[in-house]
Amino acid sequence: MALLEVSNLVVDIPTEDGTVHAVQDVSFTVHEGEFFGIVGESGSGKSVMVQSIMGLVAGARTSGTVDFRGRNLLALDDEAMRSVRGREIGMIFQDPLSSLHPQYTVGWQIVEQIRAHEKISQQAAKARAIELLERVRIPDAAARFDAYPHQFSGGMRQRVMIAMALSLGPALIIADEPTTALDSTVQAQILDLLDEMRREFGATVVMISHDLGVLARVADRVMVMYAGRRMELGESANVLCSPAHPYTAGLLRSSAFNREPGTPLVPIAGRPPSLLAPPSGCAFASRCPDAMSICSERPPLRRYDDGTEVACWLEGEPGEPPAPELPPAVEARSDDPAADASIVRVESLRLAFPQRRGPASVVLDDITLEVRRGETLGLVGESGCGKTTLARAIAGLVAPTAGTVTFDGHELSTLGRREWRSLRRRVQVVFQDPFGSLNPRRRVGSIIGDPFRIHGLASGAERRAEVQELMELVGLNPEHYNRFPSQFSGGQRQRIGIARAIALKPELVILDEPVSALDVSIQAQVLNLLDELQRTLGLTYLFISHDLSVVRHVCDRIAVMEGGRIIELDDADRLYRDPQQPFTKRLLAAAAPEIPRTPARRRLVRAARPREAGPAPVLLPERAIEGARR
Amino acid sequence: MSLSTSKPPAPRLATPKTAAIAARNAADVQLRGSWSLTFARLRRDPASIGSIAVILLIVAFAIGAPLVAAWTGHGPTEQFRDTGLSPSGIPVGPSAEFLLGADQLGRDVLVRLAYGAQVSLLVGVVASIAASMIGVVVGVVAGFFGGPVDTVLSRITDLVMSVPFLLCAIALVAVLGPSLPLSIAVIVFFSWTGLARVIRGQVMALRHREFVEAARSLGASRTSIMFRDILPNLVVPIIVYTTLMIPSAIVFEATLSFLGLGIVPPTPSWGNMLADAANGSLYLIAWWMVVVPGGALLALTLAFNLLGDGLRDALDPAASKGGKGA
Amino acid sequence: MTRFILSRVGFGLLVLFLLSVFVFVLFYVSPSDPARIIAGDKATEELMAQIRVKLGLDQPIYVQYLNFVGNLLRGDIGFSYRSGLPVSDLLYARIPVTMSLVFGAVVLWLAIGIPIGIASAKHPGSLRDRFGQGFAIVGISFPTFVLGMMALFLLYFLPTKAGVTLFPPGGYVPFAQDPLGWAWHLILPWTTLALVVAAVYARLTRGQMLEVLGQDYIRTARAKGLTERRITYTHAFRSAMPPLVTQLGIDIGLMLGGVIVIEQVFGLLGVGSLAVTSVAMQDRPVVIAIVLLGGVFVVVANLVVDLLYAVLDSRVRTAAR
Repeated sequence: MALLEVSNLVVDIPTEDGTVHAVQDVSFTVHEGEFFGIVGESGSGKSVMVQSIMGLVAGARTSGTVDFRGRNLLALDDEAMRSVRGREIGMIFQDPLSSLHPQYTVGWQIVEQIRAHEKISQQAAKARAIELLERVRIPDAAARFDAYPHQFSGGMRQRVMIAMALSLGPALIIADEPTTALDSTVQAQILDLLDEMRREFGATVVMISHDLGVLARVADRVMVMYAGRRMELGESANVLCSPAHPYTAGLLRSSAFNREPGTPLVPIAGRPPSLLAPPSGCAFASRCPDAMSICSERPPLRRYDDGTEVACWLEGEPGEPPAPELPPAVEARSDDPAADASIVRVESLRLAFPQRRGPASVVLDDITLEVRRGETLGLVGESGCGKTTLARAIAGLVAPTAGTVTFDGHELSTLGRREWRSLRRRVQVVFQDPFGSLNPRRRVGSIIGDPFRIHGLASGAERRAEVQELMELVGLNPEHYNRFPSQFSGGQRQRIGIARAIALKPELVILDEPVSALDVSIQAQVLNLLDELQRTLGLTYLFISHDLSVVRHVCDRIAVMEGGRIIELDDADRLYRDPQQPFTKRLLAAAAPEIPRTPARRRLVRAARPREAGPAPVLLPERAIEGARR
Repeated sequence: MSLSTSKPPAPRLATPKTAAIAARNAADVQLRGSWSLTFARLRRDPASIGSIAVILLIVAFAIGAPLVAAWTGHGPTEQFRDTGLSPSGIPVGPSAEFLLGADQLGRDVLVRLAYGAQVSLLVGVVASIAASMIGVVVGVVAGFFGGPVDTVLSRITDLVMSVPFLLCAIALVAVLGPSLPLSIAVIVFFSWTGLARVIRGQVMALRHREFVEAARSLGASRTSIMFRDILPNLVVPIIVYTTLMIPSAIVFEATLSFLGLGIVPPTPSWGNMLADAANGSLYLIAWWMVVVPGGALLALTLAFNLLGDGLRDALDPAASKGGKGA
Repeated sequence: MTRFILSRVGFGLLVLFLLSVFVFVLFYVSPSDPARIIAGDKATEELMAQIRVKLGLDQPIYVQYLNFVGNLLRGDIGFSYRSGLPVSDLLYARIPVTMSLVFGAVVLWLAIGIPIGIASAKHPGSLRDRFGQGFAIVGISFPTFVLGMMALFLLYFLPTKAGVTLFPPGGYVPFAQDPLGWAWHLILPWTTLALVVAAVYARLTRGQMLEVLGQDYIRTARAKGLTERRITYTHAFRSAMPPLVTQLGIDIGLMLGGVIVIEQVFGLLGVGSLAVTSVAMQDRPVVIAIVLLGGVFVVVANLVVDLLYAVLDSRVRTAAR
């Protein structure tokens, strides 16, 4: 039975630059009791869509209908909508820290929600809140009732959010990226909890995620969105194992967890269209490997006999574009051919910050590590494990409390000013946040030209030529020399950061979560670029990430960090096959499993033009009745 | 309550926080220079255009003060006791002879207004620029170097902020004798603190941004980081804050003059024109003596405040609208 | 927490110390001669020398300063050079006037400024917001004395001339004597002061509320199905409050030291007008006492603000445990 039926939903958001057509003509049905996943990259409109269903997007103009238990949510007045929110539809948001009020205790916040909708006494509400906290397995719930959100860990906070969303036994729970801000081991626990609570409370869950791997784990059915449109919808096994839309297929091909390590990812070329002026035809056409001339017209909705619905002109299965060809690897660069095989040696490194009260906080503890010339060494761990600090210590940006870091035979702490500066040419860092690592007030040309300026290597026209060559190399248009960083997308910005890092032909590049902030299809582009540069320039990489699947894909060896220590270090393959430490095992268990690709066994039932009312043109008359009301 | 030590940043969220921001991010950013964009936004704001016009008008009026004096034939301190005062000694109102009326000594209010504008503008602009320079230097040094340097400078800033400034100002002026340079010095001394705090906060935040770390990892020197990486990001608050400091400096000067502690009479300033009006509640019968300088003062401060707001909106649209996501 | 409070108290004492030194040195370098002020123009050199010895003015400045501090600790602020009265008596007579003025104005400006700020922030860009912002910017631009003079002219002089007395021209009636007369006499100064300051609070409130309303937890509050009123006040305003409290503490502290301009305009004999006349007459003990009194108010207000901040912020409060 349908619980939520969204038909022809359109959401426009007026902004200073023009109207953003965030959601364009999206229809879907959520059945009672199911786990419905919505997947899409940033800007696909998935978040805007569910939030506007709940009336939470200020200034949004909506049309279409959202039928929930016989009422059109878009037409409800404020008072009626208010009684739906929280009581009949509970919501869980991405970042549990910022989503809970910092100045009230978690117990107070749950009680508030209960008493907003039900006339019960404070004591009864409190008893129910404690019971809820127990059910989401907050240890010592009665005592934690009076704790503030900042006194909980990330995962515990999300449990509180879940308890709050469940407090009135809503029929529907909308979870908007509920695990994105969490560490992968915690992610898995929260997903399991969500699924368990769904069964226990008999609720229906709509979950939004950018992560195919996460949805593959829990969703019964998924809807794939792109550029504000619905691309594909169906049983998750069907959609994810044998995608019918080229975009879904492309997403799967560019997901690191879904590709054999060592094989290049197949990125989706280009980037999403602007939602200010979306194309009138298929939004994906410009990036689609199967694009045809007819794709400039709005695609029909095709239904298959397994329930999959696809908005695409393609009749067969999406094609498999060839993997990008990688250049042959060159020998690792070295100024001194007699140098030994390791470029960096870290010996019993320790880093502790003194605290005003109590003992110093130890960030790095007794770390011994060696980076071999020409390899990619992965550094994996959860947030706060010290992996970034270790990278900074290796780069010489923070001084260790004890122990040594030796780069190519020179101990960093003994270097003079001049040597330190020359070291800066040989070790480079690519930062995690492509928005934060580029100065917003400077032009791209001057940012990429910085290494030349700082080391006095090239100036004027010569520097400009060097910069433009670099831009070409990393796949940026050299004509964009005079633009500001804000005029580039996240992926392009990361390319700028990479261009800056390789400008002086360094030997070691430290990559600090270089793709974590990027969408999957863009991640693949950047990962391939890094691979290509490593081969042609003979670079050594130290690759830091919290994402095991990405690390496994690109690294030769992997070091696992926990609590400031390296607990396991091994060849990537061996570490995967035979992890030694319990923490590594947990990490591996939490990582997204590969989605098996199965050949499609489906038949086209019916194709309809999306906007047209009345009976749609029927292609296969004998199956039409069956397909019309699934 | 220890301030945070450098904590390794958590993985960035792959999706922006609010739906509206997501929508905005998804919208393609067009190629536009930041300055031309600013001017385009300013031009669309009638309040900013109007206030620029008012400011230019008053500036022209101040520069043209000698012309006004020559045109009316009245000097700024010249007393016309026979034409400007009624037989019973009451100043005459606006008339053909005295367009904006006369004051208690029979001086032309229009001419004095023009010369007074010079004082107001001079004090306002000079004091704010000087104060903002001090504020920027203190803020940047404190924020960039941190540690004991920061502690000392912040304490000094707090100290100046905890002083009952008007009381101290009048004590100071009373002892040292009123003069224009002293007025400016007093205003500067009590005005730089706000900007210093703002800039310090900004620099502290910028210092931990990744692009500064990137510059450091490239081997950039401290000076290079300070001038090339940090300072360009401070241009907006400096411009806005300095603009908004001008009207408060103008009012500060007028207040000092009003209390008889600013510009020495008979030199006209808007503050002592108002003091003349208040003296013996003369303005109750000679309303133009308060309406003219008071109105001019209000117009000028209002124009600068509006311009400051307009500049902030134009230079940094996201900040003024808040993150109005939901 | 105690360490924090002690450091704030220490800082406050430092402020007061520096202030007193500042005023002392200032008058020491002053060309005016207190003996002349006390004895009058026709006094003989002999008499003036006598007076100097009596006041200890013949001593080096640090001795004078130490004597002053010693007396202060014994509760003796000294005598006015002009009237010969104890400075404490002069201040006792003036403080109630200034306090009445400030506290009445505080109530008014909060009652005007905060609702305007909240209403503006709830619908940014709306007509109501433009109106509120317009009020705020005009209020901020209005010099207090110009507004005061205009208020007197329009609300006292014109009606009185027309034969209707709406408000008195100024002056002060003690609350204990006639509460209604007290309020009636203060209503114009209250309103004048409140309008100017309310503008600042309207802007501050709007800015804070806009920032808070954009936070994720406000979205959560909406998703919980709370009423708009509850979201605005219980959730958003609660978070917007700390900076307002800070500002309020600073303002009250500064104003208790003397609302100089308003007192001048409305002829109120408060601390501010005492400061102006004493400064003009070079009445050193009175000026020193007022500046220090102003300093004490600021320091105490800052201390109260710091404590309130800790109470208002759960993060500070729980860290203190």
